[in-house]
Amino acid sequence: MMPFLAMEIPTRLVHLSGVDVAIIAFYFALVLAIGFYLRGRANTGEDFFMAGREMTAWVAGLSFLSANLGALELMGWAGSAYQYGILATHWYWIGAIPAMLFLALVMMPFYYISKTHSVPGYLKLRFGEPARALSAISFAFMTVLMSGVNMFAMAKVMQIVLGWDLNFSIWISSLTVAIYVALGGLRSAIFNEVLQFFLIWAGALLIPILGLKEAHGWGHLKVLITQRASAQYVHLWSGLGHFSTNPMGIHWTGIVFGLGAVISMGYWTTDFLVVQRILAAKDLRSAELAPIIGAGFKMMVPLIVILPGLLGLALLPMKLVPESVAAVTGGHSYNDVLPLMLARYCGPGLLGLGITALIAGFMSGMAGNVSAFTTVWTYDIYRPLINPKATDHHYVSMGRWTTIIGVLISVGTAYLVMHSASIMDYVQELFSFFIAPLFGTVLLGMLWKRASGWGGFWGLLCGTVSSISMWAWVKADPYALRYVALSADAKALAQDMYQALWSFIICVIVTVVVSLLTQRKTDAELTGLVYGLTPIPSVGDVPLYEKPLFWAAIVIIVFFILNIIFW
Amino acid sequence: MSGRVISIWFFIGLSLLVNGILICGAGIWEVFNTPANPVVLFNLHASVWWGAILLICGLAYCVKFAPGRA
Repeated sequence: MMPFLAMEIPTRLVHLSGVDVAIIAFYFALVLAIGFYLRGRANTGEDFFMAGREMTAWVAGLSFLSANLGALELMGWAGSAYQYGILATHWYWIGAIPAMLFLALVMMPFYYISKTHSVPGYLKLRFGEPARALSAISFAFMTVLMSGVNMFAMAKVMQIVLGWDLNFSIWISSLTVAIYVALGGLRSAIFNEVLQFFLIWAGALLIPILGLKEAHGWGHLKVLITQRASAQYVHLWSGLGHFSTNPMGIHWTGIVFGLGAVISMGYWTTDFLVVQRILAAKDLRSAELAPIIGAGFKMMVPLIVILPGLLGLALLPMKLVPESVAAVTGGHSYNDVLPLMLARYCGPGLLGLGITALIAGFMSGMAGNVSAFTTVWTYDIYRPLINPKATDHHYVSMGRWTTIIGVLISVGTAYLVMHSASIMDYVQELFSFFIAPLFGTVLLGMLWKRASGWGGFWGLLCGTVSSISMWAWVKADPYALRYVALSADAKALAQDMYQALWSFIICVIVTVVVSLLTQRKTDAELTGLVYGLTPIPSVGDVPLYEKPLFWAAIVIIVFFILNIIFW
Repeated sequence: MSGRVISIWFFIGLSLLVNGILICGAGIWEVFNTPANPVVLFNLHASVWWGAILLICGLAYCVKFAPGRA
């Protein structure tokens, strides 16, 4: 999604002082110390892979959000806000909040009651081994590739922003992640993600505060943006009636059905990278509350991501350009907007904190990928397919070694990307297409008891193949865009939305047809896995303000109010 | 799992405290030694008050979630 591909690097964006370096060094020392401290707390499989299933709702919720709040996200969406205006906020609001609440209230009980270790593990229980194997292998393969892609992107950003050597960034970050995840397992990854959450807010919140001060408030900022771009840059919905009346070239149906109903639902409810954090919660109420807490904070993230992009559009003296143009002209690209705003307001110390927040975002994203890969490899590939009778101690050792091997494969991928830059875009795009059909499979599995094992497998396979085929079709023949995305005016993000929508629909249709033609599991086999056959435990006799449903209602009300305010 | 784990909030507090001290200290130093190329809105001395906020929050977390405290 975010092409940091310029091979000729202009002069560095910022210069660090001694105090900035001290802050960065302290961060590395702290995460390693946490890893060593937690080493003795990760001796069993349940401890190493599931953090002992004892996380509170707050820790699980913040970790759930942080696993997605990587530096690529921050810098990429700040750049998108500069390029497309406030429309980028859709990826934080309608593209996240309904899905997170759906996960909390509808899907979490099934994940949690089944006591599965992973999303592929749920597919095994619900559909059988073929669906699990397909899901696990594709997830493991793509996750470790994504980790490498992110590693390269981080090294690239550090080179552009700080002038650091690529090899130095790749090896120092990967070794740190390998050490603290291999030592402390998922608990270590979760601790560092929560730490990263605080660092990101501490490091980035000053930009909107000082930016709004410089712009003389939101009202005047809108005037400045209208003068420099257009009035549509500050409206969420009013320009979405047609593909050509908004900066993104997207129709509201793409946002609502493609992004809101499929892509975000798929990502937030079935991507094991984020769901794993919730599975580590200590009880069902915490597991339901965690995504709701995450949703509450997710709604505020545009403050430190989208608003800096808009402020950059209004206040920066230079005009930012696409990455491809910047590579030729030596100017600054859209993706540079967040570091540029950081350098604009932050002196020694604050700058170090901001850079630390970016590094922490990259490293926890990498740790998230690696810990999810380790769990899926050990529990969904190695144990069922290669060595089913080993001891728990053996699987923990396998997890530690897989962590190190996963990091090394990621490093290899990072170097591969370095020599073939286009792989980076391809991998990131492809990964997002796997989750739309997976969502169709999991959703039907949880809500429709007639869905059969072969229905789940063939639906997932056809949905995945169709999404890759559509992507390849448009790559080979750009004219095909008018069929896939319903308009020749559609931009890349709009294409993603429709591609996901079609692959989801194909997955659902194939699953339904094959299920009706094949034998389903008995009700007894589906107990604890499917709606209608599973008694959902009560959250207990707790006051109203401790009930997940109450907080979900608050979040959804605020969500609607925000959308109306920025309509 | 046996034994009590040091709370994650203590580590958060430690991080905020150390960063707050460094940032606030750097900000105070800059008040008396104005840099040649100050950042935009330097006159607001954001490092001083933002660093102080981090320092206070970090201290509160460190005390409340100190290891060994019930």
